[in-house]
Amino acid sequence: MSKKHIVLHTAPHVKKPQDVPTIMRNVVYALLPIVAFAVYQFGISVLALVIVTTLACLGTERFFNWMGNKPSSLSDWSSTISGILLALTLPPGFPLWMAAVAGIAGIAIGKAVFGGIGYNVFNPALVGRAFVQAAFPVAITTWTPAFFTGRFSEFVPSSLTAPFMMPPETAEWVKQVAVDGFTGATPLSLHKFQHLATSPMELFTGTVAGSAGETSALLILVCGLYLVIRKMMNWQIPAWIFVGVVVTSGVLYLINPDKYADPVFMLFSGGLMLGAMFMASDMVGSPLTPKGVMIYGLLIGFLTVLIRQFGSLSEGIMYAILLGNAATPLIDTWTQPRLFGARRKSA
Amino acid sequence: MLALFEKFRKGRFSHGIHPRYHKDATQGKAIQRLAFPPRLIVPVAQHIGAPAKPVVNVGQEVLRGQIIAEADGFMSVPVHAPATGVVSSIGLMPSAAGPKVLSIVIDVYKASSQYVLYGNPVEPETLDHDELIQRVQATGMAGLGGAAFPSHVKLRIPHGKTAHTLVVNGCECEPYLTCDHRVMLEQPQDLLQGIRYALHITGAKRAIVGIEDNKADAATAIKAALKPDDPITVELVETKYPQGAEKMLLKSLLGVEVPAGGLPIDIGIVVNNVGTLAQLGKLLPKGEGLIERVVTVTGTNVAKAGNYLMPIGTPVRFILEQLGITADHEKVILGGPMMGMSLPSLDVPITKGTSGLLVFQERTFLEGENDTAVFPCIKCSRCVDACPMHLNPAQMGWLAGKRHYAEMESDFHLNSCFECGCCSFVCPSNIPLVQYFRIAKAVNREQKGKA
Repeated sequence: MSKKHIVLHTAPHVKKPQDVPTIMRNVVYALLPIVAFAVYQFGISVLALVIVTTLACLGTERFFNWMGNKPSSLSDWSSTISGILLALTLPPGFPLWMAAVAGIAGIAIGKAVFGGIGYNVFNPALVGRAFVQAAFPVAITTWTPAFFTGRFSEFVPSSLTAPFMMPPETAEWVKQVAVDGFTGATPLSLHKFQHLATSPMELFTGTVAGSAGETSALLILVCGLYLVIRKMMNWQIPAWIFVGVVVTSGVLYLINPDKYADPVFMLFSGGLMLGAMFMASDMVGSPLTPKGVMIYGLLIGFLTVLIRQFGSLSEGIMYAILLGNAATPLIDTWTQPRLFGARRKSA
Repeated sequence: MLALFEKFRKGRFSHGIHPRYHKDATQGKAIQRLAFPPRLIVPVAQHIGAPAKPVVNVGQEVLRGQIIAEADGFMSVPVHAPATGVVSSIGLMPSAAGPKVLSIVIDVYKASSQYVLYGNPVEPETLDHDELIQRVQATGMAGLGGAAFPSHVKLRIPHGKTAHTLVVNGCECEPYLTCDHRVMLEQPQDLLQGIRYALHITGAKRAIVGIEDNKADAATAIKAALKPDDPITVELVETKYPQGAEKMLLKSLLGVEVPAGGLPIDIGIVVNNVGTLAQLGKLLPKGEGLIERVVTVTGTNVAKAGNYLMPIGTPVRFILEQLGITADHEKVILGGPMMGMSLPSLDVPITKGTSGLLVFQERTFLEGENDTAVFPCIKCSRCVDACPMHLNPAQMGWLAGKRHYAEMESDFHLNSCFECGCCSFVCPSNIPLVQYFRIAKAVNREQKGKA
């Protein structure tokens, strides 16, 4: 037993095995079934979309590593998550070059400028989506019907639009492929602009039009549950968002059921599930304490309904989460944990 | 409804962690005596407070139990010779903490019977309060749980305060350690005697022994040894780290929070460790000094893992040799894996506060790997959810990274951190949080010293 074998290390000498790449990798696992369903539903256009956004995110991340003379940070899997999430929030037939722009903007503006993983204020995938929402407002609100025949043999015409070109008008194509009652309009826009309701069961199982990965509330819930069970996700964040959505939309629905959507519809339509489970719960942009998480979740739920019902967009979860991200530092300062043994403020 | 809530709360504190316990290897092993080493290294400072003053000279023969260093003031305890032999040197020797410390080195007589000749028997019940405190001090007792706080200081109730409850800490919440468990199982009489003395000294009306529920057999053993008129109860608490931290234990047992920055006595409670009280019960009536203790020796591939009674001052190297540990074990720790110290040298002795000796091949030892890359904080809030003091380790970690140490103390209660290590344990980014906090505290202390 010679001295050279002695390793000095300060306490604690034991460590929980879960590290950042493990957590992030498991988020990717949880997203894969959602990707698979999206591809099944919308075909090869979505597959191409996921590949393009993921590569764009990874490439941008690597580029900034190289610029900053830092080792590659791709192995922490966080950019992969951003890439997949971004694709899932885009319309299935979104032009691939625009998707690449979204990926680059998401990582560059949403993450790299803040200093990389952990330092970003906003969810990079949502920053990317917000960027293209502003840049390409028509393309990002052009929807593809679900389960159209030939989805595995051909791309949606708009997917392969050449760079710096706007996608051709797809309305005719949509009409052509819209069979069996599936249309290209999303349940939210149907409700908002035509006052047509979609059945809760369709919303729950996801047989409707919408962004690539947001349609099946059930599947998203199950995949999120996997992360919760493996203790890799804070379940309180989606739970509080749901509460916020149900309460806000419930109040509005009671006031005027003809004009405002009911809470069940609100909960299962649009990107709410995906946003609540996988984007609002992003650890980096969410508060630290249970009380902070409550405020954050309620705020996002409240804002989502407000934007959906009173804004000019049919969808609201994206901006609600970005606003929640922005409020997080303030919420954190308000909700410092009460020190053990500190006197409670007398009521 | 309230009763239900009360039941749910009982035996628990909030936050904390559940590391793997690894106690199976040694908890079934009865305490065994280890052979006397040929040489003992006895530091004069084995307790918090002023070091003891050596009263022997090089070349002098010492008998087992004889005082070799005297207490220097009230916040100090004497040191007794752990074995009969000759003082071969008095000088600086390596210590677990790193810096060399003044130690008395004794070459042990091989042929000696090692019978304890020194003692000053007394009936503690007949003594008055001050005499009792002096008697406790004379035993050289310092907390055997690890902190090594002089026992007589802990048992003396400060002026103007009274103690109503004595809480006996039998949690042993650190993984791997089982020495307190074995003491409770094998020496319940000594322990109860010690508790009675402590009740007598502190004037507390009742005692509660708090034991983690993974040691229910120890609770049964103590209950079986109780006399009908003992005002002593035994209660099980949740198995969770750091249940053995006194503030957490009081929360679990009594539902009370020690005021931040305060001590248990501020709310009328005195806390002592079971190992300490068992030794006190044994030593106080005989008027003997503390010269040996039980140490859990275990780790990966330690064939003869167990609980060993050994003289204080036994060098780690000797223990490893005795137990046949020769393979490439790369890390040796004194204490538990959560708060213990990894050793810079094997020529470091067992002291009064040493509860465990853990020997690990680095890779097999950890639940994860300790040398994986450090990532930036992803604000996962696991440290916030783990901190038993309800601090904000994430926030303090960022401040530490920017060296804003003063702000950590003024705005985020840095000094309430007792360095349990839960935050570092759970951090998926492998940020050395508690290590940062130790540095920050040291820097702040230094700054204050200058001011």
